[in-house]
Amino acid sequence: MSQIETFYEVMRRQGITRRSFMKYCSLTASALGLGPAFVPRIAHAMETKPRTPVIWVNGLECTCCSESFIRGAHPLAKDVVLSMISLDYSHVLMAAAGHAAEAAMAEAMETHRGNYILAVEGNPPLNEDGMFCIVGGRPFVEKLKEAAAGAKAVIAWGACASYGCVQAAKPNPTQATPIHKVITDKPIIKIPGCPPIAEVMTGVITYMLTFGRLPELDRQGRPAMFYGQRIHDKCYRRPHFDAGQFVEAWDDENARKGYCLYKMGCKGPTTYNACSTIGWNEGVSFPIQSGHGCIGCSEDGFWDQGTFYNRLTNIKQFGVEANADQVGLTAAGVVGGAVAVHAAISALKRAQKKTQDKVEG
Amino acid sequence: MASPSTNVPAHDVAPEDLASVSRQTSVYVYEAPVRIWHWVNAAAILVLIVTGYFIGSPPPSMQIGEATEQFVFGYIRFAHFAAGWVLAIGFLGRIYWAFFGNHHARQLFYVPFWSAAFWAEVWFEIRWYLFLAKEPKKYVGHNPLAQLAMFFFITLGVSFMIVTGFALYAEGAQEGSLTHDLFGWVHGLTWNSHRLHTLHHLGMWWIVIFMIIHIYVAIREDIMSRQSIVSTMISGHRTFKDDRGD
Repeated sequence: MSQIETFYEVMRRQGITRRSFMKYCSLTASALGLGPAFVPRIAHAMETKPRTPVIWVNGLECTCCSESFIRGAHPLAKDVVLSMISLDYSHVLMAAAGHAAEAAMAEAMETHRGNYILAVEGNPPLNEDGMFCIVGGRPFVEKLKEAAAGAKAVIAWGACASYGCVQAAKPNPTQATPIHKVITDKPIIKIPGCPPIAEVMTGVITYMLTFGRLPELDRQGRPAMFYGQRIHDKCYRRPHFDAGQFVEAWDDENARKGYCLYKMGCKGPTTYNACSTIGWNEGVSFPIQSGHGCIGCSEDGFWDQGTFYNRLTNIKQFGVEANADQVGLTAAGVVGGAVAVHAAISALKRAQKKTQDKVEG
Repeated sequence: MASPSTNVPAHDVAPEDLASVSRQTSVYVYEAPVRIWHWVNAAAILVLIVTGYFIGSPPPSMQIGEATEQFVFGYIRFAHFAAGWVLAIGFLGRIYWAFFGNHHARQLFYVPFWSAAFWAEVWFEIRWYLFLAKEPKKYVGHNPLAQLAMFFFITLGVSFMIVTGFALYAEGAQEGSLTHDLFGWVHGLTWNSHRLHTLHHLGMWWIVIFMIIHIYVAIREDIMSRQSIVSTMISGHRTFKDDRGD
């Protein structure tokens, strides 16, 4: 490969005006929470830096991350972002197939060894030597390890790559495993969600491009700028939560009034994501705005917390499915019953002793 | 009515009272800070349990006014957080007193795990509660079984509730806050804080079970044992009902 085009060159080649390009830069800056001073820096980076080669691999997944990604809300995102990174391999989006596709991946890995970003959608199943997910005739886990070896950094797209998601739900027959347990020697940035928000996906890539490093991550390895606050912290229905005004049933008057969905099992208070600020589909809406509680899809194990429609988690360790209150109330009931019986026996014993003392005395 | 004299324990004592009279030794065991902590702690736990239960399962929606004028759930949560702070600071004060108070103030914080005599006395207490021992032993402080229970329910239980509680509180206080700096690491253990909520919720029931046992046993011992229990936590004095040795 002679000279990799810059993003700006690619954009201009695709007929995007400089005005639109600058708009894109300023929108990206605000999406990343950066001040206006960063707009020229982003523009400068995109004008001068060669595009970052990205190899996008898919394991056990449903392709919802790709689907989200190609729907970047900003009009330019869908045109630009695919050109802005040099997407050298993505079997969902690339025209090539079969041997040609595999050859393209091998070539990209060789040419950009040590420089490319590995974007992983889905996860590898480890059971039966990885036979539950075969890509190009080989277990995905092998391909993943191979691709990770030459990567500069790894992006874990979605809940699958980050946490395991539904295919890792108990009892996890294929032993679907999040990628950080397979790739242990590379920096991994998690972009969880099922799928992640398109602007979050493009925003993270833009950040890595502009600054040449990973954004600030939280404790779990998620970019703090998008996963630093809970849905609940920025929810527009929050006043109803504080007021104690809840939807009590799906078709009640409170649902029509747009009250808080907490009692309907909304996981907003335990979910770190940017839905309540960025929104989905060009900011049109997000689950809570559409009248359905958050299911917590960007949190670890969201698929194994019992029903989506109750605040209290099911605990399976006790054999049957029960929530904390049922377990606790049962335990308290048993103890309370034991106390009552013990008290009764104590009283009898005491009465008995008194009579005895009288007889003896 | 017996005539007043130096040997008579009280001036209204009746002959039948005199038959059951004993010397009534008393030992000052719980100093004021311990007693104050006990009752403040009890009050805080009561508030925490009621409000905590409501946070998990909110009361029916109320329509007092517009959401801007109404703060029902906000007050419930406020009460929970305020009581949580009282509990935590009280617990710190109690730990302080373990160092500077009398030796009974330390009993809550350890189990003499390697002492065979301790476990022998635990076994004796179990026999007493199973109605197998005729008469309980006398103790100035906690009996060994009580000490064991206090350690697991209160020392460990309350510590667990404080740590998990502040970790959950830190979510609202957000990154950069004092509580997040101190307790944010807990989320690194459970990841999805929904799990942490469940553990904290189970912890509440752990404390409820403690309350049932604690109140029952305190009253039962007050009646059936050879020493005072309930009044000791009010006056600080342990009084003994008989003069016999152990």
